[in-house]
Amino acid sequence: MKRIAILLFLLLPVAALAVEPDEMLQDPVMEERAREISKELRCVVCQNQDIDSSNAGVARDLRILVRERLVAGDSDEEVISYIHARYGDYVLMSPPLNASTLALWLAPFVLAIVALLVGWTVISNSRRKTATPGFSDDEEAEIARFIDNNTSKDNS
Amino acid sequence: MGRLLAFVPLAIAAIFGGFFFWGLDPDRDPNNIPSVLISQPAPEFDLVAVDGLETPGLSRADLVDNPGPVVVNVFASWCVPCRAEHGVLTGLAENEGIRLFGINYKDKPEDAVRWLAELGNPYEKIGSDLSGRAGIEWGLSGVPETFIVGPDGTVLYRYVGPVVGDQAISKFREALVQAGALPGGQNG
Repeated sequence: MKRIAILLFLLLPVAALAVEPDEMLQDPVMEERAREISKELRCVVCQNQDIDSSNAGVARDLRILVRERLVAGDSDEEVISYIHARYGDYVLMSPPLNASTLALWLAPFVLAIVALLVGWTVISNSRRKTATPGFSDDEEAEIARFIDNNTSKDNS
Repeated sequence: MGRLLAFVPLAIAAIFGGFFFWGLDPDRDPNNIPSVLISQPAPEFDLVAVDGLETPGLSRADLVDNPGPVVVNVFASWCVPCRAEHGVLTGLAENEGIRLFGINYKDKPEDAVRWLAELGNPYEKIGSDLSGRAGIEWGLSGVPETFIVGPDGTVLYRYVGPVVGDQAISKFREALVQAGALPGGQNG
């Protein structure tokens, strides 16, 4: 019982929400959209959190702003671009594809191709080496002679 | 081909090593968020005066068609670093003729009035941003933040955090000189 209580208390802070009841919208569908948008936006004070889970003052203001824009009839994209215009690429949890983020987006694919290329070359090289060429006629004759010599010695 | 491939691990190590070396640079501040406002026109905002203060309010119209660059400082009485910064900004405004505007961010008017009465009021105009909405328009991440706005209303420079200490002050002065608000080549 005590253990269960401790476990529950340990889980309690995880379950705690940053979104406060007075921020939430009456319309559950719109509130759900606001939550989804909030997860796409980064808190500018505590930079590894989205604004949906941040308790910072600016994050709260942005959450309220997101909801205001939604109520005003903005689409999800319009809300995000509204905030993007004020805070720049930094506020987006997934950076947009442009000249300065090209390396970021392409690096995984380039590295995967390089890795595959290296792997393929290494494997095909080693396969070529292990393929044993057959003996020439001279070598076959020498082997036969060697075996012949040794067996005759053992017998005598 | 095979011989060339032997250098691939070395090349990868060099690229990653270079990246890590760049990451170790003590001058690089990962918390530094690039502002989208730089070289852009100042955002649209219109703030009333702080209740109980004679200083008039601040709007975007005050930042355009000025004879020289102006400084916009976002402050609050609850912000402790603002208190430290206040003296520096007062010095710039009173001794060196910098035109200083203020945005009082999410502050109770009575607190702001008391704070300015205690420390002095170097601001030409102060807008009261109770909701923090003007702060969002400015791309604010916290207080204090200080902007230099050109004569035509273009944002020239943004300083995040208090302008306190020799390093910060010389950096800010340098920006003022570049903007043309201070004469260059002097006690920078």
